[in-house]
Amino acid sequence: MADAAFTAEFAQAQRVEARRYALGRLGVYAFLGFFAILYLLPLLVVVANSFREMPEITQNGLIAFPRSFSFKAWPNAWAHYCVQGTCEGVHRNFYNSLIMTVPATLVSTMLGAINGYVLSKWRFRGSEALFVCMTLGVFMPGQVALMPWAFILGRLHLSNSVYGLMFVHCVQGLSFTTLFCRNYYLSIPDDLIKAARIDGAGFWRIFFKIVLPLSPPILIVTVIWQFTGIWNEYLFGVVFTGGTQQPITASLVSLATTVMNARAYDVTAAAVLIGALPPLLIYLFGGKYFVRGLTQGAIK
Amino acid sequence: MSDKATLTIRAVRKRFGPVEVLKGINLEAGAGEFVALVGPSGCGKSTLLAMIAGLETIAEGEIRIDGRLVNAVPPKDRDIAMVFQSYALYPTMTARRNITFGMESRGVPKAEQDAAVKRVAGLLQIEPLLGRKPGQLSGGQRQRVAMGRALVRDPKLFLFDEPLSNLDAKLRVDMRTEIKKLHQRVGKTTVYVTHDQIEAMTLASRIAVMHQGAIQQFDEPAVVYARPANMFVAGFMGSPSMNFMPATLVDVEGRPAARVALDGGGSVDLPLGFTPARRPAKVILGVRPEHLFRFDAELKARKPWLASLTAPVELVEPTGAETMAILKLGERDIVGRFDPDGAPRLGEVLPLGIDMSHACLFDCADETLIPRVAA
Amino acid sequence: MSAIADPSSAPPARPSWRARLGAWTPFLVLAPSLAASFVYVFVFTFWTLYISLSNSTLLPSYGFVGLKPYFDLWSNQRWRIAYGNLFFFSGFYVVLSLLIGLALAIAIDQRVKGEAIWRTIFLYPLAVSFIVTGAVWRWLYSPDAGIEFFVRSLGWSDFTFRLTSDRDLAIYTIIATGVWQSSGFAMALFLAGLRSVDPDIVKAAQIDGASRLRIYAKVILPAIAPIFVAVTVVLLQFAIKTFDLVVALTNSGPGIATTFPANYVYELMFQRGQISIGAAASIMMLAALSVVIGPYALWVTWRRKREASALG
Repeated sequence: MADAAFTAEFAQAQRVEARRYALGRLGVYAFLGFFAILYLLPLLVVVANSFREMPEITQNGLIAFPRSFSFKAWPNAWAHYCVQGTCEGVHRNFYNSLIMTVPATLVSTMLGAINGYVLSKWRFRGSEALFVCMTLGVFMPGQVALMPWAFILGRLHLSNSVYGLMFVHCVQGLSFTTLFCRNYYLSIPDDLIKAARIDGAGFWRIFFKIVLPLSPPILIVTVIWQFTGIWNEYLFGVVFTGGTQQPITASLVSLATTVMNARAYDVTAAAVLIGALPPLLIYLFGGKYFVRGLTQGAIK
Repeated sequence: MSDKATLTIRAVRKRFGPVEVLKGINLEAGAGEFVALVGPSGCGKSTLLAMIAGLETIAEGEIRIDGRLVNAVPPKDRDIAMVFQSYALYPTMTARRNITFGMESRGVPKAEQDAAVKRVAGLLQIEPLLGRKPGQLSGGQRQRVAMGRALVRDPKLFLFDEPLSNLDAKLRVDMRTEIKKLHQRVGKTTVYVTHDQIEAMTLASRIAVMHQGAIQQFDEPAVVYARPANMFVAGFMGSPSMNFMPATLVDVEGRPAARVALDGGGSVDLPLGFTPARRPAKVILGVRPEHLFRFDAELKARKPWLASLTAPVELVEPTGAETMAILKLGERDIVGRFDPDGAPRLGEVLPLGIDMSHACLFDCADETLIPRVAA
Repeated sequence: MSAIADPSSAPPARPSWRARLGAWTPFLVLAPSLAASFVYVFVFTFWTLYISLSNSTLLPSYGFVGLKPYFDLWSNQRWRIAYGNLFFFSGFYVVLSLLIGLALAIAIDQRVKGEAIWRTIFLYPLAVSFIVTGAVWRWLYSPDAGIEFFVRSLGWSDFTFRLTSDRDLAIYTIIATGVWQSSGFAMALFLAGLRSVDPDIVKAAQIDGASRLRIYAKVILPAIAPIFVAVTVVLLQFAIKTFDLVVALTNSGPGIATTFPANYVYELMFQRGQISIGAAASIMMLAALSVVIGPYALWVTWRRKREASALG
């Protein structure tokens, strides 16, 4: 008899517990859902508005269910829109960004890998101190480098040139890529290098045959982060170049924020998306490498 | 030191900053010898091995391989091969490639490479594994590939750096036997670093026991075991380790004996089976656990130097093949290894027999072994 | 790496020029990058430092005037507004990003379904430039087509939401947008940290009868304390460098209400022809960064040494 009462009480307690648990789960999902909407809203708004017609936008506002559909904002933004005196859209700026970002990413990553290899596997007296000095570049504010770079670019006849920007980013990227690669290479066992030295391999043979084949994870992370960082960079872009030489991120500012008479939200939305798309796509496809880079690099 | 020795180390010292890690090492290994460098962590054995290999610089002293001074010679030209604790197999290459990597670096023709791989793979029985990458091999298989990589160089000197430490206990025993068999077959001079004294005892033709940067004793295993040069060696070699009892030397019926203090002020005199060369005031009596027995008259007839006393049994640990027991003698605990038949029982006051012919006497002042006067 | 020859023996192997070159290779390979980073870390800093002590106006000139540009800087009301904005912004930005990032991480850590999707959604702002973010939010904040318009269209015809044109409230838009951009970053790091907590100590706490909340507060969060510090340092660093966001969102407006140090540097150097004062401002920024990064770097090194000696 006592058993039955106990079972009933227990079952009741179980039900309460289950309900509390379910409410808890619901709460968690609601919380996450709320923030997800908050995060996605701007993106959805921009995407939607790039496909709407301007009169409809003016009528219904930016945050509204699209009631019109048109592709024409995109070619307009790409090739026809007038910004800063020229009416060529942003395609030139887009190409500038490519010219600036791709080589700088590849060069700084390659150099970073070699530097990381030297600093982690061929330590010599003072190499730790040198590493710290190199890494300081990651934390420096760009403002401190403005005047000197302007001077140097002028001397090299690279002012107001996207190639000048490429050079700047090649150099500035070294700190970051070296930091990342060196920390990663520390995890390669030193015994491997010792065995290779006994086997008769020298500095370069060890790098190409042993270390580099082990590098794809860190190289991908470094390339992704470098590409994103250089593409999205604004300060150097706007200071060292102007007009048609500007990379797209810098040109977006004049495009999207000038208080002109009729704000063409559709075209500017499309232009902004053109500027944001490459890193976003890389993020969508390389997401896990992004995160890996975060957790490895930032906690250092 | 003979110049025909494969490896000669003379007066080698090494500092890392203010710390002197190796304090004057003298060692040699003859052709085909298996020398074990054994000692606790931090004793300097791995550093010494690295210096033999050429991975650490030699600032003081000299190292000769086959008579040739190699202080300034880079590792790849010293004609050595090394097997690492972590195997250090190149993870992105197949087992075959791992083995041929060194030959490739030296420009050995392909046909020769293939012949060498075949020879070595047959010796180690790793032919079916050649196409796999290290990640696809088990611990023991990786160990064999690592040995294959070393063997294929046909070096003058084999160096092993704690190669079995990463294996589980059972595998370790199996691989130990394999290394021994391999050494018998191939017969290369080997220097083997380990912290496991059982490995050293079973594998080596001579053992160098190291402690705090110096060689404590360098001799055959049997000698190191039975006549350890000092208390460190005595305590380090053998498991469970030797029992140490403080004692004084006295004479009983004209023969030397060790007087050991008991609980409550009394003492017991244990006649030694030998004459010590010195008679310092205080000594430490060292007796190995396997020389403790349950005393009976028949045993005494067979072992004339069996000393007799009693000791209470504190703890009994049967392992199946034998039974360990902890007994109380005076203030200290001593450990004995007993036959399971007639083993001590918990709480019993055991009639204890100690075979004094194997006992060691150590000088209290400097912990060295007191030699015996030849009978 | 190269062995030293023993002088007392017969001819040692001659270190050929090749071997000697080999020993130097690592250093030679490193040298160009080393030189480059040395230049842009130290030389540039000293260059800018020197200019900040010079009488440059429109173009760099090298007449030394001592600390005058710094006095000019600090006596300028706009700079003081910028500095004040920086402190105000940093406080809210860091704390809010930490809180929201932590909350999101804890939520995701509750073994929710579709974790990869949630993470992707919260983290994507990291792939987007501050310029893009600022521009888009600027549109959303604008009264004639953004949030105010939207809410009015739903019926609340008196609703006003004109933060970006309000002197006192514009700074909140910058804070909000900054938090929007960076809380995903905090979340990612906290999530990694939560995952790395030893499950055994959580089990021990559960056996001890602690409630879920208590376990979080007393066991898990203290275990990831270093991550709090790391994230805070990184966020502070971002805060000090804030420039793009302000340009895109409010362009230091309305008027000069949301000026930030980095923006003022730009203005001084390229719009008002006062390079020495601009350089002084950027040195002040560098000083602020050192105050944040320096102690943190020392603390990390100290901790690592302590761990190494504890293990040794």
